[in-house]
Amino acid sequence: MGKTILTVDDSRTMRDMLRLALSGAGHTVIQADDGVHGVEVLENAGLVDVIITDINMPRMDGYGFIEHVRRGSANKMTPILVLTTESEPAKKTRARDAGATGWIVKPFDPEKLLAAIRRVSP
Amino acid sequence: MDPMEAIKQTFFQECDELLLAMEEGLIAMENGEADSEMINAVFRAVHSIKGGGGAFGFEVLVGFAHIFENVMDLIRSDKLNPTPDVVKVLLRAGDKLSDHVALARDGGADVQDAEVKEELNKLAGHSGEDEDEIGGEAAPSDFDGLAFFPVQIDIGDEAPAFLSLEPELPSWRIRFTPHAGLYAKANEPYLLIRELGMLGAIEVTPDLSAIPELIALESEQAYFTWNVVLHNCADRTKIEEVFEFVSGDCDLDISEIVPDAVVVEDVVEEVPDAPTSAVIVDLATAAEKKPAAAAATTAVEVVKSTIRVDLDKVDRLVNLVGELVITQAMLSQRILETTSAQSTIGTGLGELEHLLRELQEAVMAIRTQPVKSVFQRMPRLVRETAAQTGKEAHLEIEGEATEVDKTVIERLGEPLTHMIRNAIDHGLESPEDRIAAGKPAEGTVKLSAEHRGGRIVIEVSDDGRGINRAKVREKAVERGVIAANANLSDEEIDNLIFLPGFSTASQVSNISGRGVGLDVVRRNINDLGGRITISSVLGKGSKFSLTLPLTLAVLDGMIVAVGDQTFVLPLSHIVESLLPKQSDINAFGSTGMLLNVRGVYVPLISVGRLLNVRGANYDVTSSVVILVESEGIGRMALAVDGIIGQRQVVIKSFESNIGHIDGIAAATILGDGRVALILDIDGLVAGCREGVARPIEYQQAAGA
Repeated sequence: MGKTILTVDDSRTMRDMLRLALSGAGHTVIQADDGVHGVEVLENAGLVDVIITDINMPRMDGYGFIEHVRRGSANKMTPILVLTTESEPAKKTRARDAGATGWIVKPFDPEKLLAAIRRVSP
Repeated sequence: MDPMEAIKQTFFQECDELLLAMEEGLIAMENGEADSEMINAVFRAVHSIKGGGGAFGFEVLVGFAHIFENVMDLIRSDKLNPTPDVVKVLLRAGDKLSDHVALARDGGADVQDAEVKEELNKLAGHSGEDEDEIGGEAAPSDFDGLAFFPVQIDIGDEAPAFLSLEPELPSWRIRFTPHAGLYAKANEPYLLIRELGMLGAIEVTPDLSAIPELIALESEQAYFTWNVVLHNCADRTKIEEVFEFVSGDCDLDISEIVPDAVVVEDVVEEVPDAPTSAVIVDLATAAEKKPAAAAATTAVEVVKSTIRVDLDKVDRLVNLVGELVITQAMLSQRILETTSAQSTIGTGLGELEHLLRELQEAVMAIRTQPVKSVFQRMPRLVRETAAQTGKEAHLEIEGEATEVDKTVIERLGEPLTHMIRNAIDHGLESPEDRIAAGKPAEGTVKLSAEHRGGRIVIEVSDDGRGINRAKVREKAVERGVIAANANLSDEEIDNLIFLPGFSTASQVSNISGRGVGLDVVRRNINDLGGRITISSVLGKGSKFSLTLPLTLAVLDGMIVAVGDQTFVLPLSHIVESLLPKQSDINAFGSTGMLLNVRGVYVPLISVGRLLNVRGANYDVTSSVVILVESEGIGRMALAVDGIIGQRQVVIKSFESNIGHIDGIAAATILGDGRVALILDIDGLVAGCREGVARPIEYQQAAGA
């Protein structure tokens, strides 16, 4: 069953890789370039199944974006996965405190990515 | 193309953009103008390069980016002060990073980065305490505060039949009590238990004992505990991995079930009165319960402010619009030949022409880009050149947002590089000399761009020693470029430095003197339809000014008739047109002619005779003379049969089909559908110089 997944990342490379991996697995992918854009896209998109977001982004970073979503949008209860470069405990903790559901360590292989999605979304 | 290969291309494109952003940020830091957002942008650029590089396995690149990123992270979190010395290291690290990217893309020799790496590590190490602090913020231990209450557990004899198979691998008892925070972060116990089910057969028992009376029940609180028995799973870490995302948001106890015993580590006591009910979770039905999230979202499109378009597509568009303009001109001409210009058709055609002109401009604008992409490569060049020559130099950039056609930008890099090298190597004095001359030790090189009268003007100036005219003159005499007693104006002397093989550096350095002189710069600029001039004040500095057309796709030209042919002369070369008097024309040698233009003699050439045009008027006294100026050779008078008009023409290059023809730059299609050749003034004039009135192989081109 394909899910609708929003990815938020300022790196075009990363967006392309996410799109390739996710749409290859039959998911519908919508994408945003940074937190502010992500919020806008979500407002139009309504409920999505999973959100994947980077942390370091211009305008609004991943923490701000997660907080915004959790604070009360249609996607308040949507699982949010954070992309981190390596297993940095401080970043994970901050992301979790903001309301992240889980994380994906970059560089990811498609299998790892899909496993993480499976773990947070039916 | 393999999708990953395509993404790799994207990655390198993005790297180029990120490196520029990084450079920009670092320069701002160097000038003390960087705000926290700029510093963050530098951090993000390095971070993104590292992230993408990791995805493609560029380990050396990732390794270097990692160290660089660490230092940037300290700076952006105010743990390291970006003093000028620190920024210097960062700038060098930035250069190395772009070398690493180039290496990953193009291959080649390893990047010599050991020194920079060491300095970066030193910077990171200086604030070692702070780093510990970051580490200290680590996530709380997964199993902190395990405060669960004992419950009764159903195991042993009553295990379902399928479980009674002799397990080869250990079984595990997992007790999992989610906290409210787990749900708030959108984690779902069902999914975690499903994940456990993938490791082996599971038996799940909910513990509902913590559920309060309905009146005390809070909807966002968590009350369930799940007891899971997992059979046939070899690895404890696999189980822990399942709960990786929720550690800290639940109480979790994992213990191995020792066969034939109820004894377990961390023994859980039985509580007789706790209500229990055993269920095997039906994964399939549970999955259906979850609402399939809005299918409507599939149609959502992400709005973007920019798109990337293949350059070929744009060029095709430019070409088509060019054809359209020509067709429109032809159509107008035909219609106006048969109807009165006052008719409504005439008005309509006028409007069409106006719209097409706008369309053409809009399409041309697609191809324009800020000169920033070229300008931003220059700070590094300045640093490196200064280091190599032992000078101190600082680059100031102005007008980097000025837009110009992409082709012009692409071909601007080389001449600019050379001019800046030249400014530092030859223009600036050594720090000691500068101080002795009462100037700051650090020289300033200024690079600016602006639009001026439909052209772009780029200036490279320095505050160095200026051109030593006596020395230039001496050198020119020595090389036989000018006669020892030649009477030259300051301007003429300055322009000598553009002559081939002319270099005033007493010692050939490997910076500017690599066999490429300013003559090549001038040729490059001329090829672009531009001109270069220099002005200089001894002891104060020099300034090179380039003026270039904004596009190479159209050209303002003067249409002239010669015999049965029509030619286009680039307007940028034309000084004036005049009707010569018989008395102003003087024979020179056997075939040459000179025209007296208000007391100055310029060579006079009949275009018709030069190009062997049929039916041309060879009698220059009844011709129209157009005075042109060529950067390379100076002024020249061209005699043609008549002037038809002045028009913007679409340039059709034929070099790819016919090859290069001396004296002919390109072709265009006129309103009446005829092909007209665009004359290359420099080529024409050079052709004449070699052997006066040497006929150029032109018939062949016109016939093709």
